[in-house]
Amino acid sequence: FSWTCLFYTTHFYHTLLNKPEMQNEMETSSSNLSAVLTREQGLQYYRTMQTMRRMELKADQLYKQKIIRGFCHLYDGQEACAMGIEAGINPTDHLITAYRAHGYTFTRGVCVREIMAELTGRRGGVAKGKGGSMHMYAKHFYGGNGIVGAQVPLGAGVALACQYQGNNQVCVALYGDGAANQGQIFESFNMAALWKLPCIFICENNKFGMGTSVERSSASTDYFKRGDYIPGIKVDGMDVLCVREAIKFAADYCRAGKGPIVMELETYRYHGHSMSDPGVSYRSREEIQEVRSKSDPITMLKERMLSNNMASVEEIKEIDVDIRKVIEDAAQFAISDPEPPLDELCNHIFANDLPMEVRGTNPWVKLKSVS
Amino acid sequence: LNENHFLSCLVEFSKTSPAAVQVNVRDALNQAMDEELERDEKVFLLGEEVAQYDGAYKVSRGLWKKYGDKRIIDTPITEMGFAGIAVGAAFAGLRPICEFMTWNFSMQAIDQVINSAAKTYYMSAGAQPVPIVFRGPNGSSAGVAAQHSQCFAAWYGHCPGLKVVSPWNSEDARGLLKAAIRDNNPVVFLENELMYGVPFDLSEEVMHKDFVLPIGKAKVERQGTHITLVSHSRCVGFCLDAAAVLAKEGVECEVVNLRTIRPLDVETIEASVMKTGHLVTVEGGWPQYGVGAEICARIMEGPAFNYLDAPAVRVTGVDIPMPYAKILEDHSVPQIKDIIFTVKKVLNM
Repeated sequence: FSWTCLFYTTHFYHTLLNKPEMQNEMETSSSNLSAVLTREQGLQYYRTMQTMRRMELKADQLYKQKIIRGFCHLYDGQEACAMGIEAGINPTDHLITAYRAHGYTFTRGVCVREIMAELTGRRGGVAKGKGGSMHMYAKHFYGGNGIVGAQVPLGAGVALACQYQGNNQVCVALYGDGAANQGQIFESFNMAALWKLPCIFICENNKFGMGTSVERSSASTDYFKRGDYIPGIKVDGMDVLCVREAIKFAADYCRAGKGPIVMELETYRYHGHSMSDPGVSYRSREEIQEVRSKSDPITMLKERMLSNNMASVEEIKEIDVDIRKVIEDAAQFAISDPEPPLDELCNHIFANDLPMEVRGTNPWVKLKSVS
Repeated sequence: LNENHFLSCLVEFSKTSPAAVQVNVRDALNQAMDEELERDEKVFLLGEEVAQYDGAYKVSRGLWKKYGDKRIIDTPITEMGFAGIAVGAAFAGLRPICEFMTWNFSMQAIDQVINSAAKTYYMSAGAQPVPIVFRGPNGSSAGVAAQHSQCFAAWYGHCPGLKVVSPWNSEDARGLLKAAIRDNNPVVFLENELMYGVPFDLSEEVMHKDFVLPIGKAKVERQGTHITLVSHSRCVGFCLDAAAVLAKEGVECEVVNLRTIRPLDVETIEASVMKTGHLVTVEGGWPQYGVGAEICARIMEGPAFNYLDAPAVRVTGVDIPMPYAKILEDHSVPQIKDIIFTVKKVLNM
């Protein structure tokens, strides 16, 4: 079935759509686009988003049991962003994000077991326990980055490599509303536009940078306009189809060599900034509850599929049961897998090098490092 | 030609082969980059003024004309942005050379060098290598004052995951830059502006297009028996000059050119100290937490300590921001007379 997606765009968008009557408008305008969802796609998106949701909730549990430690930034509420993006690009395209990365790690191809085991710091983790929550990598997925904003120039660099190698691939570089004011992001915008890099810059605006609302951090909260000379699109990030269609448009635009695009996905996180933030000192429980009941991305997709007879209640339940098993199995693995062996402490300092010695905590401890 | 075999043959070359040609450090760097750009199409250069201006210090002269916009890229004055772009390009399979006009400007981008480049291979448990070279002039120049004169050897030398290289002469510059570009790891390449115009004789072997020097290996530039002088970059030349003066008084200095700051070739230093029993380190940077401090600590902790007949000491830049006036600047950096004075103190002369 199809439904309409509402996009807010900068005026550049209209010149792209050959609507010359809009060219003199300096205000943003909205566009309606149609999207088509097949039953297969619907079930796949549902399964993927529900898996992400359950995975994050399980991580919450394990963190409270002190089995996961350190930083843990959960993604529940924002699933439609990761799912919609993945649905709109190819596996051979590239993606980089910041520290709220578990969802993207999954959509980019890492299984739940390896993600959870990385969170618990075990040898079966995707980074062998050496990276943790914020440093998971996969093919064409460059993390997981802990320094706010640093991932954006990195993403522009990946896009430069795509252009240089002429492989028709694009890079999606994500950042949050908190990062959107970083100078290095504007530096990236400038070079990406100058050199027409195939980079889709995406601001996941979940309304809060840690405990600071967008109104308190940003002189302009129109993050899709921050690209100035770069066309911008604002999208309902709770609607997986809208995200998908917007990304498809953006990816086509970049692949055509027209340069970068800035996108803002309006979304919401149910958890606080991280597991050490209850998330209710700067927003009300009522607000969180309202988003959950009115705009939950998974519920919205499920209800649309049910009301259009694209799936039955039993089918959805079966998927849920299945996912529960996957998560339980992954959690079991993450809890029981052993920690990395101590003799691998110093490995992976340098690539393709001969083994070398690394100083331990005192002069008599000489440790071995292999590539 | 197997590189490891080749370089093991070449390490002792300079003693035996006749000089083929005179090349200054600038041209040595230029030729090294030219050859590596030609050899591997994934190699490219980016930085301020590297293309159409031929390089702020003319190190990249002629490269843009030869290789064009795709491979030699002029960037806006946005270090954090273009250093991050360079690292991202390295993630995705290219081999960037990222030039900082001087290493002072790298402070704007240091997060990308350390957190994005140096640590990524470890954090990813070997999944994501970062084959990048950051290069540019480091340390004091002439009359450029405090904000343009800092030495970063100690700062970058502190960090695991980085290789930090500091060439002295043209052979060092050529061999180490080629090695750095071929290395699959992030390399911080610290040049010296005052050395750019200095010519050195280079033999045929050194001029071969596959000549590389091993990163992590120091070189004994001058054999001696009474005292070991360990240095890097421009100060190596001062040590050799001081050694020539001291030789007239019967003091034979062994001069060790570190070539690489990290990994530090402590074995070569130890072997020398075990021979001479005395150690003086010489560097342009500030003393506190510096390269010399690290060398002295390692000597204390290792077998060479028992061979020391006197405490190991350091000759360094003066612990102040670099002043402008020539007389002040001259007295802010180690001079040959400072090295001679220190040697004599250590030898109790």
